[in-house]
Amino acid sequence: MSTSTKGAGAVAAAFGASVLASAGLAIVYIAGGSPPIEGALLLVALGGIGAGLVLWAKRFLPVGDDVQEREPLPSTPDERARASDSFGAGADLVARRRLLVRLAAAALGALGIAALFPIRSLGRAPGGALFHTRWRAGVRAVDASGTPVQAASITTGTVVTVFPEGHVGAADSQTLLIGLGPGVYRPVAGREDWAPEGVVGYSKICTHVGCPVGLYQPSEHLLFCPCHQSAFDVLAGARPVAGPAARPLPQLPLTIDAAGYVVARGDFPEPVGPGFWDRGRD
Amino acid sequence: MTDAARGGARGSRSERERAGVSLPGREEPPFQDRIGAWLDERLHLSRFARQALDKVFPDHWSFMFGEIALYSFVVLVLTGVFLAFFFEPSLTPTTYEGPYEPLRGLEMSDAYASTLRLSFEVRAGLVMRQTHHWAALVFIGSIVVHLCRVFFTGAFRRPREINWVIGVTMLLLALLNGFTGYSLPDDLLSGTGLRIMYSVILSVPLLGPWAAFLLFGGEFPAEQILGRLFVLHIFLVPVILGALLGAHLALVWHQKHTQFPEPGHTEANVVGSRLWPTYALKSVGLFFLVAAVLTGLGGLVQINPVWLYGPFDPSQVTSPAQPDWYLGWLEGALRLFPNWEIRAFGFEIPEPFFPAVLVPGITFAVLYAWPFLERLMTKDQAEHHLLDRPRDRPVRTAFGAGTLTFYASLFAAASNDLVAHWFELDIETVTWFFRVLVLVLPPAVALLTFLVCRALRDAGDVRLTHLPLSSVWRPRARSTHR
Ligand code: FES
Repeated sequence: MSTSTKGAGAVAAAFGASVLASAGLAIVYIAGGSPPIEGALLLVALGGIGAGLVLWAKRFLPVGDDVQEREPLPSTPDERARASDSFGAGADLVARRRLLVRLAAAALGALGIAALFPIRSLGRAPGGALFHTRWRAGVRAVDASGTPVQAASITTGTVVTVFPEGHVGAADSQTLLIGLGPGVYRPVAGREDWAPEGVVGYSKICTHVGCPVGLYQPSEHLLFCPCHQSAFDVLAGARPVAGPAARPLPQLPLTIDAAGYVVARGDFPEPVGPGFWDRGRD
Repeated sequence: MTDAARGGARGSRSERERAGVSLPGREEPPFQDRIGAWLDERLHLSRFARQALDKVFPDHWSFMFGEIALYSFVVLVLTGVFLAFFFEPSLTPTTYEGPYEPLRGLEMSDAYASTLRLSFEVRAGLVMRQTHHWAALVFIGSIVVHLCRVFFTGAFRRPREINWVIGVTMLLLALLNGFTGYSLPDDLLSGTGLRIMYSVILSVPLLGPWAAFLLFGGEFPAEQILGRLFVLHIFLVPVILGALLGAHLALVWHQKHTQFPEPGHTEANVVGSRLWPTYALKSVGLFFLVAAVLTGLGGLVQINPVWLYGPFDPSQVTSPAQPDWYLGWLEGALRLFPNWEIRAFGFEIPEPFFPAVLVPGITFAVLYAWPFLERLMTKDQAEHHLLDRPRDRPVRTAFGAGTLTFYASLFAAASNDLVAHWFELDIETVTWFFRVLVLVLPPAVALLTFLVCRALRDAGDVRLTHLPLSSVWRPRARSTHR
């Protein structure tokens, strides 16, 4: 019986360690707490009980030698018939009142449909929200602190995240101003005058699933999205050149006002951000 | 719960008459019998108690994963209640004044600030928070392994199709609750996850914009979403999960557990340990072991250090951004799927629809349908309580192995940027490598698995000839017990 004595010792040790660890937990808590020590003590306090119980079962209890018969799952045909009869008898009584059955069904159905209406209260209608941002003609571009941006400050290779003045933080309006330097801008047809003094503006929302397109590589004129590595060619209308994004970043038409600030000439010409089924609607 | 009717004589005659139960007489009934009698007089429990205590559960290491999932859920509920006492699901802006220096003075939401408070100021709060997160990872992990066990051993076959469907639903809800929970702290990483979720919903043809606006309350980032996620995360989904868990266990109880074919095991019996005391001690012990590992991880191994990410700002993103492991397959699919968009008649199906809606949609459709699909293929209508050895079902095992390889490849592809970085490769090259891998590796693994299983199955027969005793004995044992 040496094994059983040894087994008992191990079980006792496990429970004992648990008691000590729990006491330790209380002390650590009173002393101000410490996540790593709490974790270690919890490991011992809970693990001691767990190990003790499992060892106990394995060493001293009958394991794996009990046999039980399975009762067949299907009922006998007779039982089934009686259940069916019970239901059928009741159903017959109900079905006799045919008009009432129909009216009850109509009442429940109407209630069900009426109950769907509050779902509409959950949110605004998409309406035009996905098609417009806060940019308007004449609105100045401000940086994250709300300061209007001077065109002269966007030197070659500079990138600034801007918002329409008065709407700092508006998620759908976040725009990147990129300084291309003189003579580098190669406009898409019809956008010849959208990048005054080599400052070009693109929506910062990735057209894939909407992460902010944060990384700019001035040497290659590429914008990278950190989420799924789409790359956009800034010189070619922010056309996607790699990764899962399927559409260019919309371009914000820009101009420079008399005081030298960057100003929008209007909203983006198309919806910004990820696609949706009727994006082509106008 | 105890059994008043079992064991020695107890109760005086008059007591018996009063109780209306026939208890054999004895002067001083032990404590558990008095409790038992009290309950039995009110609930008629004895017969059930006796059956329950004597119920036999088969032993096999692979049957533990479902239990691990169950106990992780218990840990999730216990730690989650604690967290809910402190967390404020609100996007109201506030200025951080707490003890964590790098963020002091920063503007952030109440949600993020209360998560920081929970982490740095509430005593034992960080251990609870980290244990909760670890428990979520282990919960979903053990569900997936449990599902694989059930799949590869054919435990989903008649009569257990209902439990398979319940189980798949629980996996779906567990994924959902993992995502909603991970989104609550309103840190930079979780905000990015929400942004992606919004865009994925938006991509659904016809329904997308309305669905996204109704769920979020408006265009991203809408104020309402956080409170809604909170209600989903701490109430609706856990309650449904709990109810399904109850149904899942009740069905296991009612139908009795499956067992592997071994000498003495038949379709008509269950061989194992009784609930009381062996199984009870082992299973309760397992609960404590699971809790020990989860709390140990929660205290010792940092997870989701939201204070490092900073508060959510829709124009910022952390790089590299990766979700919790259980969403890695979707992340990989998003990274690999080529930039195809279908445009016709002024309408379009946006690119994310394919990897992020269709792939999970098909995944769960096949999961739900599997028991019925397999029955169509094999024409096997019979009831099964003995499990398959995976090698004896080369086709199913090959399909499962191929499928797992597919998701594992997608999972690996979620790190394409890291792979590119480590091996100093071009990201395009790595993406193409994974695209090929995702399409080529699964069929290759499936084929290999099929061949190996078939050989093993046949070799198994050969090996049985070396053990003539058991090979003669086994079929006879089956037929006599039927
Ligand atoms: S969100 Fe930009 S690549 Fe996916």
